[in-house]
Amino acid sequence: MITAPTIEYFALAPLLIIFGAAIIGVLVEAFAPRYLRRAVHVPLTLLSLVGAFALVILQTIRGVPTTPAAMGSVAVDGPTLFIWGTILVLSFVSILLINDEEQFVPSAASVPGSAEEEKAITEGAAHTEVYPLALFAIGGMLLFPASNDLLIMFVALEVMSLPLYLLCGLARRRRLLSQEASVKYFLLGAFSSAFFLYGTALLYGFAGTVDLVGISRALAAAGGTETLLLVGTAMLGVGLLFKIGAAPFQAWKPDVYQGAPTPITALMASGTLVAAFGAVLRVFWVALGNDSWNWQPIMWGVAALTMVVGSILAITQTDIKRMLAYSSIAHAGFLLVGVMAVGEKGQNALALSGLLFYLVTYGITTVGAFAVVTLVRDPGGEAWHLSRWAGLGKRSPKLAGLFAFFLLAFAGIPLTSGFFGKYAVFRSAVAVGQGWLTGLVVLAVVASAAAAFFYVRVIVLMFFSDPSADGPTVVTPSWATSTVVGFSAFATVALGVFPQPVLDLAEKAAKSLFVQ
Amino acid sequence: MEPAEILSHAGGGAISLAWLMIVLPLAGAAILLIGGRATNKWGHLLGVLMSVGAFVVAALVFLQLIGLDPAQRRQSVNLYEFIPGVANIGLLIDPLSISFCLLITFVGSLIHIYSIGYMSHDPDRRRFFAYLNLFVAAMLLLVLADNYVALFIGWEGVGLASYLLIGFWQYKPSAAVAAKKAFVVNRVGDFGLLVAMFLIFAQFGTLSYAEVFPNAAQASQGVQTAIGLLLLLGACGKSAQLPLQSWLLDAMEGPTPVSALIHAATMVTAGVYLVVRSGAAFFPEGSTAGLVVTIVGVATLLAGAIIGTAKDDIKKGLAGSTMSQIGYMMLAAGIGPAGYAFAIAHLITHGFFKADLFLGAGSVMHAMNDEVDMRRYGGLRKLLPITFVTFFIGYLAIIGFPLLSGYFTKDGIIESVMHHNAILGWLAVLGAGITGFYMTRMVVMTFFGPKRWDEKAHPHESPAVMTWPLIILSVFSVGLGAYLVLSNRLMVFLSPAVGRPADLPGFHAFTVPGLVTLALVAVGAGIAIAKYGRSEVPVVQPRGSFLTVFARRDLYGDALNEALFMRPGQWLTRLAVFFDNRGIDGVVNGLAAGVGGSSGRLRKIQTGYVRSYALSIFVGAAVLAGAWFVVGTL
Repeated sequence: MITAPTIEYFALAPLLIIFGAAIIGVLVEAFAPRYLRRAVHVPLTLLSLVGAFALVILQTIRGVPTTPAAMGSVAVDGPTLFIWGTILVLSFVSILLINDEEQFVPSAASVPGSAEEEKAITEGAAHTEVYPLALFAIGGMLLFPASNDLLIMFVALEVMSLPLYLLCGLARRRRLLSQEASVKYFLLGAFSSAFFLYGTALLYGFAGTVDLVGISRALAAAGGTETLLLVGTAMLGVGLLFKIGAAPFQAWKPDVYQGAPTPITALMASGTLVAAFGAVLRVFWVALGNDSWNWQPIMWGVAALTMVVGSILAITQTDIKRMLAYSSIAHAGFLLVGVMAVGEKGQNALALSGLLFYLVTYGITTVGAFAVVTLVRDPGGEAWHLSRWAGLGKRSPKLAGLFAFFLLAFAGIPLTSGFFGKYAVFRSAVAVGQGWLTGLVVLAVVASAAAAFFYVRVIVLMFFSDPSADGPTVVTPSWATSTVVGFSAFATVALGVFPQPVLDLAEKAAKSLFVQ
Repeated sequence: MEPAEILSHAGGGAISLAWLMIVLPLAGAAILLIGGRATNKWGHLLGVLMSVGAFVVAALVFLQLIGLDPAQRRQSVNLYEFIPGVANIGLLIDPLSISFCLLITFVGSLIHIYSIGYMSHDPDRRRFFAYLNLFVAAMLLLVLADNYVALFIGWEGVGLASYLLIGFWQYKPSAAVAAKKAFVVNRVGDFGLLVAMFLIFAQFGTLSYAEVFPNAAQASQGVQTAIGLLLLLGACGKSAQLPLQSWLLDAMEGPTPVSALIHAATMVTAGVYLVVRSGAAFFPEGSTAGLVVTIVGVATLLAGAIIGTAKDDIKKGLAGSTMSQIGYMMLAAGIGPAGYAFAIAHLITHGFFKADLFLGAGSVMHAMNDEVDMRRYGGLRKLLPITFVTFFIGYLAIIGFPLLSGYFTKDGIIESVMHHNAILGWLAVLGAGITGFYMTRMVVMTFFGPKRWDEKAHPHESPAVMTWPLIILSVFSVGLGAYLVLSNRLMVFLSPAVGRPADLPGFHAFTVPGLVTLALVAVGAGIAIAKYGRSEVPVVQPRGSFLTVFARRDLYGDALNEALFMRPGQWLTRLAVFFDNRGIDGVVNGLAAGVGGSSGRLRKIQTGYVRSYALSIFVGAAVLAGAWFVVGTL
């Protein structure tokens, strides 16, 4: 007799709502008439996100589960709920940006510049599939950091990535660049998934299970020098580090961020990064926590390389989105510092709460910055070249002021949220009291200073250069985009001045650590 | 008697609303600056209202404070936790800070009112009031802060306001240069304060007074002295003490109410505040740092007085006098608990009579088409009767005429220093004599003798909005000193904040030093009357003796700065430019170029070919696996 597995439906409800809404979205695509689709998709998508968020809050109030759900394969614990809440908020604002119709191609199958494309544009065609696709990606993002076993994690990784590959190729303007980004992301993503899967296989060979807790037990029993274990963790690490864009696996990030439609870039730069960090933490802390002496030195090198590469390469960028992509790489490096700050239980909680807070602040500011990018336009689309941003502060001081503010938050200037994010993570690393980690923090601070250079350079460009006569136009933002920019700016200020409520929340979420 | 413990305020009453003192003028500044021209009509009134409002709050807080038991009179009100345990914004309400608050808001309000008249013809009057409000807010934050971080924010805030107001008439090159000079010189002092803060943080792990002061004795002697000297460097910058005095004389380029408020009554006394506030911790009685404070004080009080003797510009004469009087306060603050009360008493009375003198000078200038050269005044007492009487009262107060404010406070300083160190004491007496000379010279040249002004000038008494503040200030210049010093009122009041000597000193009129002081002042005044009252004052400045030129040129302070710092600095800059040009990028640009260059080179790795990206992932994976293997099997 086979006993049916027990499923904790309440714990998994947020996931189920998102996936359910995504499937309904597909049905809408299939059966609803063309003119109705958008009108159904937008409320459906937003409501499902709100519903999932409400459930996350309800669960937090009801008490965080202390055992993993679904036969131990999905862990809904304090950190997961915090990450879910973060991803859902970031997704909500990203969907508001996606809702801005100007961003997506009317007919993805038509050759760029062809007569068919003309026709699709004049007909007012639109790919309303972006909404269910985005929902699937968001569902994957939710499952990725919650998965408690490597196979579920792999499935989540693919559910998250496949829709994103597609969405990247749907930019309305600079279509060739967008399609190129899509193909590149797909090829490299597949390549890295192979590494992930291979690592999973090797670890299964070592531990006899793909369960994270099982691997951790096997590690405790074995010595930690087995070839299967070492190569397996390395391969798994490659797959995960690729997703967060750590060096030397960062090459895709600038190309993809640049080519993708900006709202999708915002979703990837915020939601995907948060999800991927959640997964990194779970693998390295839960499964490989007993092995930290082995992976810390390597992670040290990766983190150092990532922040140096990100900060240095950003300096010579001329495309605003590429610059933000390199900035994202540098921030991934800063976040990795926190991943290494493990020790006894209290130390882990400190590091985890710092990381969670950093993810919130960085995600929100990132969406705000990309939202501003969508508003500054040339005749051929967004004004991507940095030189076009010269003198923007004189032509539209409010928008330039907000963008400058977001950049300062990236740089980590006090009284912005970015300062506290960095402070929380670096403090936890210093608290470990190990010289090598403190050294890395010093390097991170130096890299922050180098990064501040290119952020401030844009500010100088905007405010202290003369605007050119045929400068870009700043479009009047739709209510959705203004909401996104306003929300991001507000959160960036609020978390910079009164960080305590969210810090407390992160601390509470981190206190129980990941379930074992 | 040691200072009382700093308690955290339980809430309730005016004390918990103390933040309004800072927020009101800050809001005023914000409204006036953001509101722009729309607020031109009523901007000055709002500015006055905010300042008066701050005074009302200060008065209420003061009333609540004196209602408490002396041991309870140090309360810190936590407003906002920025970084838990490291940087909070909190206010420390204690007798010392509230004394400053009352002085700042009361004199500040009077000067706001005076400015309505003084600036009435200025098209930018609203901006002027915005800056004045900004200054009041920053100065209150400086004195109310319960930790060094917030103090530093206020410190920089008053520096900013001072910069903006010195250069208020920025179309005058001299004003722009003076503002820049004040800014640069203050940077040197701020550097000292910052490093002191770093040291304090490294030593105590916190910057809050409540935790630093009680533990100061645990730091080693060397660290304590280093912190003290660095704090003193900061104090010297803000308070125009040697060797950072040079900016104050140039700062007179600002409108006269600014000179009265910022560069005489309040901001320049921030250094004294810093020394007294940190006194028990970093300048204890008999310490090296304390000794250096007294030496700086004496040197400055003499230098300022000497500079004052030769100036023909009425405001610069008063600026030299300000330096000198702050030197007295520093001197008293350096000797420890015995001097604190006198330093603060002199600070308060000086705030009143010097504001009175400056505003009087402003009134004279207002009457004389902004002429500042005293050689072109003369005989003004009949035409400007109110200005003359109030100025004369301020004059009597500053020279220490018996029973007026300055007499009690300056004599108190001289007496207490005499007990501490006789040499310093006699030098202070000498300074008082010189004060008698230069102040008499000023009064004689301005108000007595024949008129020497142009035909174009039509001296007239100022409007009531300007004379009333003068009258109020002069009333305080008469009586305040006696009130504060007699029966040690201020010393007892301040003792919870700064401590006091075990036995209170009695006030002895007519001791030997006191009599000598009076005699020297009389001699100085006599010489001045003989030289400038009895004989003709040439309208054009005579060449003067070697000594006169020495004083006139600010004791060659600027020349010294230029020779020691500015020219070598310029040479260094030129040298750097030379290397920059010759050595391609030079040392300075090397790093930036290196980063930029490596960015350019690294950028080439980003070919755009997906195959090379995949290769880099593959190589990266191989390296990672290899490293894992090496680390794992070590």
